[in-house]
Amino acid sequence: MALVDRISGALDSGPGGVILTSVDALINWARGQSLWAFPMGTACCAMELIAASFSKFDFDRMGTFPRPDPRHTDVMILAGTITEKMRPAVRRLYEQMPDPKWVVAMGNCTVSGGIFYYDTYSVVRGADEFLPVDVYVAGCPPRPESLQDAIIQLRRLVAEESIAPGRRHEQTTTLPRPKAGGDR
Amino acid sequence: MAVSVESRNLVSAPDGGSREELVVNVGPSHPSTHGVGRVIVHLDGDIVVKAEPVIGYLHRGIEKMAENRTYLQVVPLTDRLDYVGSMYANWAYCRAVERLAGIAVPERAEYLRVIVCELQRIASHMMGIGASAADTGAFTFFIYAFDQRERIIELFERLCGARLTYNYVRPGGVSFDAPQGWTQDVLAFTKAFRAAAADLDRLFFGNVIARGRMKGIGVLSADDAVAWGASGPTARASGVNWDLRKHDPYSVYPRMDFDVVVGERGDAYDRGRCRLLECVESCRIIDQAISQMHPGPVRTEGLPRLLQPRPGEAYDHIESARGSLGVYLVSDGSVRPYRMHVRSPAFCNLALLPLLAEGHTLSDLVVVLGSLDPVFGEVDR
Repeated sequence: MALVDRISGALDSGPGGVILTSVDALINWARGQSLWAFPMGTACCAMELIAASFSKFDFDRMGTFPRPDPRHTDVMILAGTITEKMRPAVRRLYEQMPDPKWVVAMGNCTVSGGIFYYDTYSVVRGADEFLPVDVYVAGCPPRPESLQDAIIQLRRLVAEESIAPGRRHEQTTTLPRPKAGGDR
Repeated sequence: MAVSVESRNLVSAPDGGSREELVVNVGPSHPSTHGVGRVIVHLDGDIVVKAEPVIGYLHRGIEKMAENRTYLQVVPLTDRLDYVGSMYANWAYCRAVERLAGIAVPERAEYLRVIVCELQRIASHMMGIGASAADTGAFTFFIYAFDQRERIIELFERLCGARLTYNYVRPGGVSFDAPQGWTQDVLAFTKAFRAAAADLDRLFFGNVIARGRMKGIGVLSADDAVAWGASGPTARASGVNWDLRKHDPYSVYPRMDFDVVVGERGDAYDRGRCRLLECVESCRIIDQAISQMHPGPVRTEGLPRLLQPRPGEAYDHIESARGSLGVYLVSDGSVRPYRMHVRSPAFCNLALLPLLAEGHTLSDLVVVLGSLDPVFGEVDR
């Protein structure tokens, strides 16, 4: 319904960018409906990630389907603590994902280090130290509903996408990114 | 990243010729490594010559962190050790603290601990056999098993408000008494689960494909199980009758009537089926615990928030879903533990992987790893 409204509105607004805008709307609508997820489950949050995709909560009805191959996916769900030893592997998997791609930081460990912020020597304090995180989900672990809400929030970012040059999501994302980590 | 060929080199074969050995990297992000495990596999064709597990991808330094926390503050950290069975690490740690500080636990709290830990055993085994079934291609079974787990998680949520990291068992008791109607719902669950377990048994362990994939794979002899320090269903499937609930009884387990499930062949099939049959025994324990439980306090009265045990050391262990889970604590008389060490059954069982995978194909390595049911939070700590 929303798509139909937007296309008819764009057609009414006259020539000049009309085609481009409606293609954007069409593509972004399609993208937002089927955000395939790469489940980067490293620790406890992976259990809730599995729960979110199984019978009771059922990710599939939102078009989010976990694929274990990064090359098939649009959004990387970072579920669990990332250690210094794991960091290069996560970075490499992110780089293997095709553009456009998004990152959801699920759980306090990937938001800021969480319970492992203090007194430990091996944990990366927040995934945004080395990845461009788009949506943060707080909780230790977050409930599956929170993760589903994150996907709904992510659709807002997807709607800002454009196939026009220079408007890739890396440059146009305007949502504030809180700086987690502080002094190390 | 998931599976990549690292190198090819010619090695001399026993018959005097030479063969090409492939070195393949599996993990640390792989759908069948049950976490962030990594295995470097040396292959001759498709046959595993050597499998080297590489651990440490989830080393969070929990044992070191415990030295900077008070005794009560360590309990949430133990939740994150074995995140499939958080209650066990809670309980093992609290038993060590209680032994160290000489705290007596009210009877009702002991019964509640037994009930939640047996429920947790079912939840953990459902995850374990479900994930290993998914490794053999039986994803439907995973969903059925996870459905049972979800029902237990709902019961836990009503009990302590958390779905995964419970922080429920505390030194000197448990955090909350069971809410009204909770025990009835637990009884309803165990009744329903017995029927579901029969279905699950038929659905997966009676399936000809599952039998073909798992029977005779990764055979562990009883001698090897003892020599390598295996425990839990991994050891019991090999015929080692060793269950701490029976052979080093703790809490109120001596009052319970239950059987230890012991396998015969020690292969992946027996390990999986032992887990499922253990769940039915857990139902028996839960039913007895609820019928024996009386109203009363669930926390020791007058316990200071800042525990300060006398200098000394304490070790206590319980039977977790994966085996003998022990916690060793040293006190120097301050409010913080001087040292905490966790004897992790998942770590000891994972050490069996090179032994069990040798001579099988690469696809059977996945079955062997799944049948050991490692949780890397506990392996790496």
